[in-house]
Amino acid sequence: MNDLHPGLVAALVVDLDAGFADVVRAYQGLLLGTALRLTGDRPAAEDLAAEAFLRAFRALRDYDAERIAALELRGWLVTVLLNEHRNTVRTATRRPALSGAPLPERAAREPGPAEVATRGDPDLAAALAALPAVQRDAVVLRHVADLDVPAVAAALGVGEGTARSHVSRGLARLRTLLASPDRSAP
Amino acid sequence: MSDPLLARLTPPDVGPDLARQVVDTFTTTTGPLGDVLVARSSEGVTYVRPVSDDGDHAGFRAEYRRRLGRPLVPDDAAVPAVGARTRVDLRACSPFERDVLDATASIPAGQTRPYGWVAREVGRPAAVRAVGTVLARNPVPLIVPCHRVTRADGSLGRYMLGEAAKARLLADEGADLERLAAFTTAGVVLVGSDTTGIACLPSCHHARRITDAHRVPFRSATAAREAGYRGCRVCRPGV
Repeated sequence: MNDLHPGLVAALVVDLDAGFADVVRAYQGLLLGTALRLTGDRPAAEDLAAEAFLRAFRALRDYDAERIAALELRGWLVTVLLNEHRNTVRTATRRPALSGAPLPERAAREPGPAEVATRGDPDLAAALAALPAVQRDAVVLRHVADLDVPAVAAALGVGEGTARSHVSRGLARLRTLLASPDRSAP
Repeated sequence: MSDPLLARLTPPDVGPDLARQVVDTFTTTTGPLGDVLVARSSEGVTYVRPVSDDGDHAGFRAEYRRRLGRPLVPDDAAVPAVGARTRVDLRACSPFERDVLDATASIPAGQTRPYGWVAREVGRPAAVRAVGTVLARNPVPLIVPCHRVTRADGSLGRYMLGEAAKARLLADEGADLERLAAFTTAGVVLVGSDTTGIACLPSCHHARRITDAHRVPFRSATAAREAGYRGCRVCRPGV
């Protein structure tokens, strides 16, 4: 998979701070959108994306120039985001009273296009939340973050065949959930 | 993308500029003792250090990267002078560090409190050394006034910007350093009023109003307690 921004890695090697500011600008849309589909909640998605960027920066502090130059930024950042998300979910499960993961809303009506743009898509969020975690992660990485199957497999820490099957089963289940009459209008 | 589900999965392209939240900025501004370097996040000032000689502030930036672990780029906008009212962002601090800095920020201008006082205020009376360590690394000196924290005997002690700077800051705030030094020399850590039976730290606002005829010096909190004095409720001297 090709990086959209080939100059960014070189800029990171020259000046980690200034280079990273460019990385944030270039990839914030990708991380925010991916985080929105992972969490189903816009404020949580913003926190998650910001935390993922900071975690990525802290990792880069300890990388030498050679390791930075070899980075495939897109896949790496999405992997950092996924791991941060999984940590957050794990912590929230362990301490539900302190920081419960927000339950996705089940909207009774179809949202208008303006609402979809600003508040997300509650039916889709609910359907994604109903997927087994590994299928949701696989679908989001493949079709929201737009990683190719090898990159999805690497991020999930599974083989390519397994990743492919998680994606296709996840998509199939998502279609069923979204088609069921109690969840979405025709 | 012809599959409507895949189109629906594509998130709407609206969102805040995360760079504001993630990338901090720094610049030079005015402090009470001359120019300082100030770093800010979207929430407030995160780091203050005196301007040093290295051309591009490499030392400041390296320390920031190590301690805060956040990207830092030069600020284009002018930053107001730093002072007691500057809003700070202490999210990078531990809860203990935050407590110590909060307690220190409560010391009135022109007054001093010993490290042990801060330790008592944060509910860790034995953690005097730990308090000293936190204040020696104060991320926001001049805003959180660690220059108002002294040794147990009232002598000024060390300061990040040098002992002379500590004395100058206190003098500029109206502290009577000669009077305080005289108490230190005499081994006096508390002064009481024999009309009220209340003991204060020497720099306390109320201690300054005790007339010579009624001032009773104490060399320790125990001595004041044994003499039947109670501690002032304003300066809370630990009696």
